[in-house]
Amino acid sequence: MTEPFTITVDGRQVAVTPGQTIGAALHAAGIRSWRSTRFCGRPRGLFCGIGVCFDCLVSVNGRPAERACLREAAPGDEVTTS
Amino acid sequence: MSGFRHDLVVVGGGPAGVAGALTAALAGLRVALVDSSARLGGQYFRHSRAAQDAPGGAPELDGFLRRGRALAERADLLLGHRVWHVSREDGGLAVHCVTPDEQPLTVRGARLLIATGAHDRVVPFPGWDLPGVLTAGGAQALLKGSGVLAGRRAVVAGTGPFLLPVAAGLAGAGADVLAVYEAARGLGLARHPVLALGKAGEAAGYALALARHRVPYLTRRAVVAAHGDGALEAVTVARIDAGWNVVDTRVVECDTLAVGHGFVPQIELGVELGCGTRADADGSPVLVVDAAQRTTVPGVWAAGEPTGVGGWRLAEVEGRVAGHAVAAEHRASTRASTRASTGAPAVSGGGHGAPRALLARRRGMRAFAEALQRAYPVAPGWQGWLRDDTLVCRCEEVPVSRVREAQRLGATDARSIKLLARPGMGWCQGRICGYAVSCLAGEEPRPPKRPIAQPITLGALARSTDEPTTPNTPDE
Ligand SMILES: Cc1cc2nc3c(=O)[nH]c(=O)nc-3n(C[C@H](O)[C@H](O)[C@H](O)COP(=O)(O)OP(=O)(O)OC[C@H]3O[C@@H](n4cnc5c(N)ncnc54)[C@H](O)[C@@H]3O)c2cc1C
Ligand code: FES
Repeated sequence: MTEPFTITVDGRQVAVTPGQTIGAALHAAGIRSWRSTRFCGRPRGLFCGIGVCFDCLVSVNGRPAERACLREAAPGDEVTTS
Repeated sequence: MSGFRHDLVVVGGGPAGVAGALTAALAGLRVALVDSSARLGGQYFRHSRAAQDAPGGAPELDGFLRRGRALAERADLLLGHRVWHVSREDGGLAVHCVTPDEQPLTVRGARLLIATGAHDRVVPFPGWDLPGVLTAGGAQALLKGSGVLAGRRAVVAGTGPFLLPVAAGLAGAGADVLAVYEAARGLGLARHPVLALGKAGEAAGYALALARHRVPYLTRRAVVAAHGDGALEAVTVARIDAGWNVVDTRVVECDTLAVGHGFVPQIELGVELGCGTRADADGSPVLVVDAAQRTTVPGVWAAGEPTGVGGWRLAEVEGRVAGHAVAAEHRASTRASTRASTGAPAVSGGGHGAPRALLARRRGMRAFAEALQRAYPVAPGWQGWLRDDTLVCRCEEVPVSRVREAQRLGATDARSIKLLARPGMGWCQGRICGYAVSCLAGEEPRPPKRPIAQPITLGALARSTDEPTTPNTPDE
């Protein structure tokens, strides 16, 4: 699997180089925040990049609270943000 | 012979864990290695899928990948497996994991090697939660693991020699790195402690890379605030004194800030098992180990950053020492049980088993690591950068004002601040804010108590109490 592919993020197509994490693919597409905090609605994207801070949470194929910085993107992944 | 499927279970597939696992496997032990990442490498040897498929890049990484392949032939690799809990069981250790498809899995072994590395330490400042502000390691991980540049106009700031490779990496990949702002003493790059202390090759390479890209390296400077409407647009850079108090400031426009103030060793698995801890020279709680990398709990070893931050070379040496020591103890216990079954007298055994030259290297590297930690301290002046509304805890959105209020209400230590104001009670369980909260409380950071080290779904948790599972060894 060496060909680039796409995933959808809230319905929008995002290009992925195989092996990239979902967070990296979003960042590369210029999407630097994809979640708002519970209380003050502050924007959040990547911070620690290694699964420690939980800033980057997304839902992947219906599974909530996935860390976008850890999870490798797979062809056809449907990512939703909150 | 122990009744366990594995003689050694290693948690962590970075330089320390791979070295320990391979050394033990080459000595004939049955080894399993667990890591949450999809690929071996840990932080330093994090690499892209392309680098794995087509080796022939940096010689260091190629060497590591070769050792990784050698390990894959001799041990059970459980990649993509998160360890959420470890416990003692029937004289051995049970390592409780969640598989990539969220199933519970328990790996059992006679011995455990904790090689879980560290994460970035960042002290809070106004605006540090704006998108575009990343940890220094986060920017590096994005580049090394996914080949993605954190941003175009970047500032690198904080303290420690790690800022150098981060800036060199960003500049080399095409970012416009405006400057490296190092909070430590004004020695300048030419008299950088890393160079002075003799780790010349590596630091000189980074220095050269920075010079080639015309990236200024300015000391006694700090980013004390980040600004932007929904994303980072600029940072306030201050000249600071030795105590990190602001002397004067100016604003620098940028879209990315990579910031780090050292590292926090990940020791929770050891703490869970009751391993002794101590405060390292940088104030971080670390696991106590003896000359053989043994923790204070029998059967449990530790190597790499959890025993003190010292970089990948030291981590690898410690991993090898641990691997030799585990193998020596395994041989001794096998001999003892053979003797016991044949009625021969027992002889004590299980020395450290590591070559003298390796131990000497470790001694030198540890002294160097400690000198580095002392050369890049975090000074208390950062608390003066905070505003009332600056978030201390990013998860629970706890501002400084609420921490101060808790203190006024009588919360005198980090624990009671946490109970009253809730910093550290969110998703990250205080990993990011723990250091800052301790500092605000005026105490040394304490060893973390996290019974659940990694998120696990309730379903997986419920299933984990059912009949225990173990991975199938291919050669059985
Ligand atoms: C984000 C980041 C980037 C870094 N980049 C560099 C760099 O480019 N250059 C440099 O010189 N130094 C870098 N460092 C410093 C780094 O700590 C050391 O150089 C080196 O990688 C330490 O080796 P180690 O084997 O001790 O730990 P690591 O390399 O950190 O390996 C630890 C491994 O343990 C795994 N792990 C931890 N907890 C669990 C768990 N509960 N379950 C399953 N697996 C687990 C992790 O996934 C990781 O792969 C970086 C540090 C960080 C935090
Ligand atoms: S960026 Fe910190 S957990 Fe993903």
